Amino acid sequence: MYNARLIIAGIVLFLVLVTYPLWIGLVPGEGKKPPKLELPVGQKECVMPVEYMKENHMKLLVQWRDEVVREGDRTPVTVKGVKYEKSLSGTCFKCHVKKTTFCDRCHDYLSVSPPCWECHYTPREKK
Amino acid sequence: MSLNRKDFLKKAFKTGLLLFGGSSLFEVVAAGELVKQKGPEAARSIQWAMLVDIPRCLEAGECVDCIAACDRTHNVPHIANKKHEIKWIWKEKYENSFPEQTYEYIREDIGKGEVMMLCNHCGDPPCVRVCPTHATWRRKDGIVMMDMHRCIGCRYCMAACPYGSRSFNWSDPRKFIPEKAINPGYPTRTKGVVEKCSFCNERIDIGLIPACVEACREKALVFGDINDPGSNVRKLLQKRFAIRRKPSLGTEPHVYYMI
Repeated sequence: MYNARLIIAGIVLFLVLVTYPLWIGLVPGEGKKPPKLELPVGQKECVMPVEYMKENHMKLLVQWRDEVVREGDRTPVTVKGVKYEKSLSGTCFKCHVKKTTFCDRCHDYLSVSPPCWECHYTPREKK
Repeated sequence: MSLNRKDFLKKAFKTGLLLFGGSSLFEVVAAGELVKQKGPEAARSIQWAMLVDIPRCLEAGECVDCIAACDRTHNVPHIANKKHEIKWIWKEKYENSFPEQTYEYIREDIGKGEVMMLCNHCGDPPCVRVCPTHATWRRKDGIVMMDMHRCIGCRYCMAACPYGSRSFNWSDPRKFIPEKAINPGYPTRTKGVVEKCSFCNERIDIGLIPACVEACREKALVFGDINDPGSNVRKLLQKRFAIRRKPSLGTEPHVYYMI
């Protein structure tokens, strides 16, 4: 085999580069850690269990949206005797006051950009 | 059993009709039965309507309380460029609003005056018919609704609406609303969606009347269920003569103008 060294080195380099997205996640480093979210102060209850909200808050919001906009059904959601309005800015933002340290941190980490805020208003935060 | 070509085609046609045309054929044949079933339900349904008292509104002169209240409630931007204007409720010259109901020697206060315009919440809305994404539709209570989440900004509805009640967001409307004036309880819109008066569905759903009706000090705007014979709008329509915009188009507008 001619140029065995070069060829084998080339193949190894190629494989390393091609599998980059697969192994890079295993290498520890800054920016890899899940983001720390600022949780609401003095409020322990959410409309759903935390685990459900982490994975499915978008589904819940879409369900609320469809019920309110498409069906005009604004009956409040009752959880443990407390009534919650089906509203992003009216309910979620009462507790999760800061978008930048809650919503954005996780969305940025996962590289998703939901267009909710283009219309739904969140008050400008003081720095 | 042998089938000749003619018999085969006949049978195939009948089977096809049964399979694919079954339900619609049934509706044609038994339409009377269906109407009977739906009848009482239809009679009980709500149809919101608005009455505009033109003389009373004109007496108020330069008053724009209704417009201000609507704009405040729904974050309607004020854009100087007429081509990019966003309108929910606005003033229009009588001669432009009722072009087929005007003539040279018309009563001057009305004929040369301005009347309030808004979405007519048609009984047979052409905008709904053309919307390719069902972003606009007619609710059970007669409100012609917009779902901004579904609007793709194709503007078919604007072309279809004979009343010019719809506006397109050519740019981000938030730039045109002062930060302090924003009502956080109602979403602003975004670039590329069509918007219009919604008869304040968000207020009706919680038992309030539209913001413009509430704001009108002259009581020149009246709102109610036109399907209810005992409602304020029905009673008023028996007392006062009212006209509608472009009735010949058959869109069944539900904004009535009392002369």
